[in-house]
Amino acid sequence: MEHGMKAQDLQRAVRGLADDVAARAKAAGAARDLAIIGIRRGGVFLAQRLRAELARSLGAEPPLGTLDIALYRDDLAEKGAAPVIGPTDVRFPVQGKTILLVDDVLYTGRTVRAALDELVDFGRPRRVWLAVLVDRGGRELPIAADFVGARIEVADQDDVQVRLTESGAAEDAVVVKRRGT
Amino acid sequence: MIGRHKHCISLAEYSREEILEVLDLAVSMKEVLQRPIKKVPSLRGKSVVNLFFEASTRTRSSFEIAAKVLSADALNWTSSSSSVTKGETLVDTAKNLEAMRPDVLVIRHSAGGAPKLVADHVGCSVVSAGDGAHEHPSQGLLDCFTLREKLGTLEGKTVAIVGDISHSRVARSDIHAMTKLGASVRLCGPPTMIPAGIEALGATVHYQLREAVEGADAVVMLRIQHERIGDPLIPGTREYSKLWGLNAKKAAEWLRPSCVILHPGPINRGVELSPEVADGPQSVILDQVQNGVAVRMAILYLLAGGNPADAGEAKA
Repeated sequence: MEHGMKAQDLQRAVRGLADDVAARAKAAGAARDLAIIGIRRGGVFLAQRLRAELARSLGAEPPLGTLDIALYRDDLAEKGAAPVIGPTDVRFPVQGKTILLVDDVLYTGRTVRAALDELVDFGRPRRVWLAVLVDRGGRELPIAADFVGARIEVADQDDVQVRLTESGAAEDAVVVKRRGT
Repeated sequence: MIGRHKHCISLAEYSREEILEVLDLAVSMKEVLQRPIKKVPSLRGKSVVNLFFEASTRTRSSFEIAAKVLSADALNWTSSSSSVTKGETLVDTAKNLEAMRPDVLVIRHSAGGAPKLVADHVGCSVVSAGDGAHEHPSQGLLDCFTLREKLGTLEGKTVAIVGDISHSRVARSDIHAMTKLGASVRLCGPPTMIPAGIEALGATVHYQLREAVEGADAVVMLRIQHERIGDPLIPGTREYSKLWGLNAKKAAEWLRPSCVILHPGPINRGVELSPEVADGPQSVILDQVQNGVAVRMAILYLLAGGNPADAGEAKA
């Protein structure tokens, strides 16, 4: 729990992320063509919060989508049963857009790899940025986030969980747990 | 695996939860079909062999497209151009194809029980694409998918299945799946085409079309399976059409305005359905075809996706 985040820190980190994204979008002239896509499941509620913050600073609400990367996983042949697939919902054209990809925790980078593959099957975005609430290290692929809420150093056997009230948690928190406990 | 099943041969063996597992997944698969690039890599490196001993356009192309959208390799094999014409037995054919190491064998055969026989002799998953008058599980699932999409749920709904019930594998799969999902099923047709004791499957039997379709939330119209009928069971198609066919007048007078009309295809226009009804606003026949691809993607994904031999959890 010592490396975790309390509700206030978490909310401040989300606002910080949104401020950084807004500043960068304005500097890049992308404020108008920004679109947000949350990676299921952890990134979806975070993407909604970022959108609300960004709507304030950019003056317009960016379109919001959801990606479920299960069909694009690279460990399909390794996992036991076929993984459960949730809904993907991208109703705006990604062609020419600046896409802000959002996930809660960045770890091996494999989820982001899968999300990028899925995203380009919807069209060719102008550029893609990655925003994560927590970067916990442990990358297995050459992938880095453009916007990071907090960096947490944890052991490989630790599990980092982002709990948001939207998903039923009593209060917002980032919790570090030893796996299997 | 679909629930505890390695094969998809008979919906009679499937539980309500197992049926819902396929239908829920098919919703995500249908979304894939609406993307600009209709291809996902989830079954890359897997192969699906379509083994068709009976004519089919819809079902075979549907399985083929489903396999290809999921990036599996699909091989189509039809009996007319094969060694079956040289006297090879079903099990020998299947074993030879299995030596090519497919992940799924999709089989259509005129004999009921053929997919089960093959499943008992091969190591891969077997999907029935219709066997004799036994079952057509993927059609039963896509009919349920279409009804869930149009009616929201099957719970408490009434579905009338009209036509040659005795020779219809679609009817049997529909009855099993729809009753398990909470619908009440009415069967209707000429007495010679209603098998004795069919009520045991949980359906009611009606001989008057009006009685069967009035108040129903959905009507499934079936084709007369001339190819499966030796002796004529009806005096003629004109009389059949008059008594059990659906035309615009009967549809307007007897059907609820919200009632949807399904047909597994191919339609015999002017016999069980008049063209105005087949192409009318209540018809969801073409939705069924598109939904068929989504449902078959779900079946193939559940049976060929993942690696059942290794149950180890990989990290995300």
